[in-house]
Amino acid sequence: MAVIELRNVVKDYGQFKLSLSMEIERGITAILGSSGAGKTTLLRIIALLESFEGEYYFMGEEASEKHRKKITMVFQQPVVFRGTVLDNLLYALSLDGNSSKEKAEEILEKLNLLEVAKKKAKNLSGGEKQRLAIARALAIEREVYLFDEPTSNLDAENASIVEKCIRDLAKSGKTIVIATHNIFQAKRLSDKVAFLHNGKLIEYGETKQIFENPKNELTKKFVSGDAYY
Amino acid sequence: MVSLFGDLDWGIVAEITLRSLKVSGLAAILASTIGIPVGVLLSLYNFTGREFLKSIFNTLLGIPTVVMGLFLYLLLAPKGPFGFLGLLYTEMGISLGQMLLVLPIVVSITATSIEQVSEEIYELALTLGASRAQAVVKVISEALPGIVLSSIAAFNRAVAELGIALMIGGNVFVYGGLANTRVLTTAIQMHVARGEIDVAIVLGLILLSVVFAISWIMNLVKKWL
Amino acid sequence: MARKIVILALAILVITFGLYFYEQNKRKELKILTISTTTSLYDTGFLDEVARIFKEKYGIEVHFIAKGTGAAINDAKLGVSDAILVHAKSKEEEFMREGYGVNRKIFAYNFFVIVGPKDDPAKIRGSSVVDAMKKIAEAGREGKAIWVSRGDLSGTNVKEIALWKAAGFDYEEIRKEKWFRETGAGMGQTLLYASNEKAYTLSDTGTYLRFKRAGKIDLEILVDRGEELINVYSIIVVNPEKGNENFDLAMKFEKWLVTDGQEVLRGFGRDEFGMPLFYPAVEVLEKKIEPYYSWIAKYGFINGSECPKEYRYRAEEYGIAFW
Repeated sequence: MAVIELRNVVKDYGQFKLSLSMEIERGITAILGSSGAGKTTLLRIIALLESFEGEYYFMGEEASEKHRKKITMVFQQPVVFRGTVLDNLLYALSLDGNSSKEKAEEILEKLNLLEVAKKKAKNLSGGEKQRLAIARALAIEREVYLFDEPTSNLDAENASIVEKCIRDLAKSGKTIVIATHNIFQAKRLSDKVAFLHNGKLIEYGETKQIFENPKNELTKKFVSGDAYY
Repeated sequence: MVSLFGDLDWGIVAEITLRSLKVSGLAAILASTIGIPVGVLLSLYNFTGREFLKSIFNTLLGIPTVVMGLFLYLLLAPKGPFGFLGLLYTEMGISLGQMLLVLPIVVSITATSIEQVSEEIYELALTLGASRAQAVVKVISEALPGIVLSSIAAFNRAVAELGIALMIGGNVFVYGGLANTRVLTTAIQMHVARGEIDVAIVLGLILLSVVFAISWIMNLVKKWL
Repeated sequence: MARKIVILALAILVITFGLYFYEQNKRKELKILTISTTTSLYDTGFLDEVARIFKEKYGIEVHFIAKGTGAAINDAKLGVSDAILVHAKSKEEEFMREGYGVNRKIFAYNFFVIVGPKDDPAKIRGSSVVDAMKKIAEAGREGKAIWVSRGDLSGTNVKEIALWKAAGFDYEEIRKEKWFRETGAGMGQTLLYASNEKAYTLSDTGTYLRFKRAGKIDLEILVDRGEELINVYSIIVVNPEKGNENFDLAMKFEKWLVTDGQEVLRGFGRDEFGMPLFYPAVEVLEKKIEPYYSWIAKYGFINGSECPKEYRYRAEEYGIAFW
């Protein structure tokens, strides 16, 4: 059974319209596409932050407010709370009914943030903020993790740290959806790839198939790196 | 200069300074008590008349204190509609008048500082598993420095204004009196009118120090928050 | 947390109400007399002295509210004050005619002064008042002199208007001329302005002396003699029939002002300025000391008396007689 099932989901902004049906299963799914393709909107719909038309089933049930506790999302532009890096994590943990400092520090260690744990979150660099946002999401137990361009602000070293964390999550049986415009990241990381263009799902399949044997011309162009939209 | 300083009765200066702190402090506290909830409501909840209310508060932001003072004076005069309250030429009268003056400041700074963080913090809290109510609480707590700032700004405006303190307070001073209403600004105005510029300057420096000290303390509080 | 905030807010409101009732109660226990007064009188500091004496001797708190004569009268009409101290006869008369004021007593007088720059471009030093005004207007039109008017309908301004009239000018006409400036501000501000502009102006003695002594202005007294310059201060008690609940206290204050207060008045400012700021008026009226009696009668009496019969109200109960 699919973890997430979208049937004829439509989000109409007037000049832009997202309209698709898709099923997402456990493992890592990459939503690939250029900017403006509708990746963020799709993630926000899955995260129940956006109203929409159509049907959305979460593990077989009609998705509603109560399922928000099963999903978390990391925004592309990282938002941090006032207070220290550690405070940020502790707040997330407290919402989960868990305020273990050890757990917070363990995650910070993992994301190479332990050194700045006592620093004010607002004073972090862009890359540090992004890692903090990811750490915050990793701190809480969820069924589904949504990442919007998770490594866009990161250098190669930190990007690979984040990617490792995402892989570990997948190994523990979680469902992960990453929105990315980076074909290499999609190729490296994901089990399945959904290629989005102008709000439409152009092609959806196993990563290997999408990269080696794309059926659609647009997909072919994009994955070959020829297309920059 | 020296001889004028000799004339300066520091006991009176202390009395006037304390009164300024007390009267405007109460004004700021009352304005915060009412204004912060109103600011929260205006920034977080959609209801009919919200934009209208907001524009009223924004307009009142720039109201000249003398106009406000005159208006209140006519309302509070014994033969005016609120004369029965006995508030004219009393400390409480000044406090309440200044409260009305600074209320729009509290409302609008509170509302703005919440609006600045509301969307993204609200959604972030939701993604981390907060209920809608918890998310609202988080938004307010994130806006706390701005809300604290609104209270300081309110106090600073109240303690430095003259119109209401003069029209509603009357600059009453009796040596050893128990119902005096002279505050720093009215004293400064009086000493200027009396040609005692040096005394006025000393009082002005005290007023500035008060404003600086309060702002400094509040900045510490803000950091600690 | 929400509950804590609500409790805090309620506590603040309760404390505020508490403070309000405490203040109101305290005021009820105190004997408070509210008197609106003209600024020029207030700013001499004489009334501070009076308030101190009343507090110490009688335990009465006299609250003086300093305003222009017009605003002081307005205060009384709105029921704010129990008596007024003013110096503009025409307005006083109107105030009593409308039934608001009773028992007017003249308690002090002094003289306005025409002050100007030391070099005196209009050559008014030693002239009579009327001549001085004429010379200033003449020099003004020739571009040699500037006149500064308060233009605020204060007692001083009212006096100035009368002086122009006596010299044959219409205030409403000359105020439009180039050499004629208006500040619309208090006496102190006006003196500072006149000093900066090397201009002439009309001032009360008290304000002029204080600014002069403090070294704020570079102006000299050029004309200080002449009956036209007399400045008569009077007290008017607000009519109890217009809702003055403090009539008794106000009358006692009036009584003090025209008896014991006269001595306080006589000594006030003498040490500080080398000359008195006010002269007690009661003995002049009683003993008909000339020429001051005639001057006060001419510029301060209404229909031949400081307070015509129809404006008197139970004054004899307080042992107050009128001249």
